[in-house]
Amino acid sequence: MALMPHILVHNFWDVLTITIENLTLVLSVHIFGLNFGIRRFWVIEKFTKTVIICGEEMTSENVFLLNTCPSMFCMRVRVALAEKEIKYETIDEDLTNKSKLLLETNPIHQQVPVLIHNGKPISESLIIVQYIDEVWHHKNPLMPSDPHKKAQARFWADFIDKKVFGPARKIWSAKGEEQEAGKKEFIEILKILEGEALGDGPYFGGETFGYVDVALIPVYSWFYAFETCGNFSIEAECPKLVGWAKNCMKRESVSKSLADPMIAYETVLFLKKLFGIE
Amino acid sequence: MAASTDVKVVGTRPSPFVNRVQFALNLKSIDYEFIPENLQAKSELLLKLNPVHKKVPVLVHGDKPVCESLVIVQYIDEAFPDGPSILPSDPYDRSIARFWAAYIDDKWFPAFRSLEYAKDEESRAEVLEKMSEGLVLLENAFVKCSNGKGYFGGDTLGYIDIALGCYLGWLKAIQIEFDLKLMDESKTPVLAKWAERFKNHEAVKGTLPETEELLNLMKVMKAAKAAAADAESEASK
Repeated sequence: MALMPHILVHNFWDVLTITIENLTLVLSVHIFGLNFGIRRFWVIEKFTKTVIICGEEMTSENVFLLNTCPSMFCMRVRVALAEKEIKYETIDEDLTNKSKLLLETNPIHQQVPVLIHNGKPISESLIIVQYIDEVWHHKNPLMPSDPHKKAQARFWADFIDKKVFGPARKIWSAKGEEQEAGKKEFIEILKILEGEALGDGPYFGGETFGYVDVALIPVYSWFYAFETCGNFSIEAECPKLVGWAKNCMKRESVSKSLADPMIAYETVLFLKKLFGIE
Repeated sequence: MAASTDVKVVGTRPSPFVNRVQFALNLKSIDYEFIPENLQAKSELLLKLNPVHKKVPVLVHGDKPVCESLVIVQYIDEAFPDGPSILPSDPYDRSIARFWAAYIDDKWFPAFRSLEYAKDEESRAEVLEKMSEGLVLLENAFVKCSNGKGYFGGDTLGYIDIALGCYLGWLKAIQIEFDLKLMDESKTPVLAKWAERFKNHEAVKGTLPETEELLNLMKVMKAAKAAAADAESEASK
């Protein structure tokens, strides 16, 4: 059944309250709750065509993620949620046909990822990761506690956001000189990260896997796509960085959250077709 | 006033990004030494403190540098927990504050910045429309975040106030210089009132450059640009 969530509530009584004017709805909810005892239900209301998801019994944390598999930004959130062992529901989006839920929970940017926790949406991947780290701070903290080290982590995550994705896009979407420039810039940025931010490792955070690692590791799943489009080897240019990435992949939170490199490559092919790029 | 905590700010007076850092320090009543920088001839100090971006502001606390204005503001909030909080304590409210600060820097300010490159009436009108739409969004955000109080942060200046308010000096100066309406009181009346309140806040007054100063600076920059263009055309003859 196609999922068209419209209103999110987080307990049974909320559903009763907001739908009290529609008896059919209330009765249906009541019946579902009693007879089936199912933990999740959809109720279709005839007149307004809304579908309500009741999230209270679904998971103990009421966490939903609006997601697409190949998005590096969604991967950041998936890694963070996995690090914290948070149970959540994934709602996969078709970005060529954005859902009402996406447009309502992220009206400004209309992009994934969006995290919905207890009915409240949070968008922008690094903001979501910080939110997850602050709410579930007791488990595998991603930020160091020292304010200066925190500032360093934020600085490098901001650097990654500002510098990595522009050149990366040129590698798969451009040709000739522009593509070469993209490759060159991309490698330069990775070298800066290798040299200035990575230190002795094994992680950007030092001994512990942290915020900067989460910010960057999803890009590794796209390396195959970049290398194939750009006809170059990232490992040859940045062996230390690739070593870091392989280390991260040993963590289950990372290996289970990152998309398979073939998916990233297929996405590139799809996007090239979509944008009419050779 | 807090005891001297060995805090330095490397920056330029008219930079909104540098001003952000100053507002935050003022809010926390932290004494600091201002080290002016010449962006046309960057010092060894700046290149050493910010080798990655080579930009101002840089905050130096003890011997540790912190770069990027919003990173610095968050650092100040965490390193100096006494005094008013800049970010809210609730994680969801913090995410909202960060969201709008990111929107201001990633969407609204680049639109503002692009005014400089708008060569004709049409493209200028387009930019102004974008900026105006952004301010309407920010006005709605203000209503939600302020909870009926005077600032995005409620009773005191918060993260979004600092992130947006730093541009108010330049907004007014450019408004006057080019005879443009950049913040329309009819479209964003609540934000217009907030702007006045912000400019008069004790953590802002005396730090946010006065309109006169920025207008003079623009004259100087314009003259320097013209002189450089003349010199170039002379050299090519």
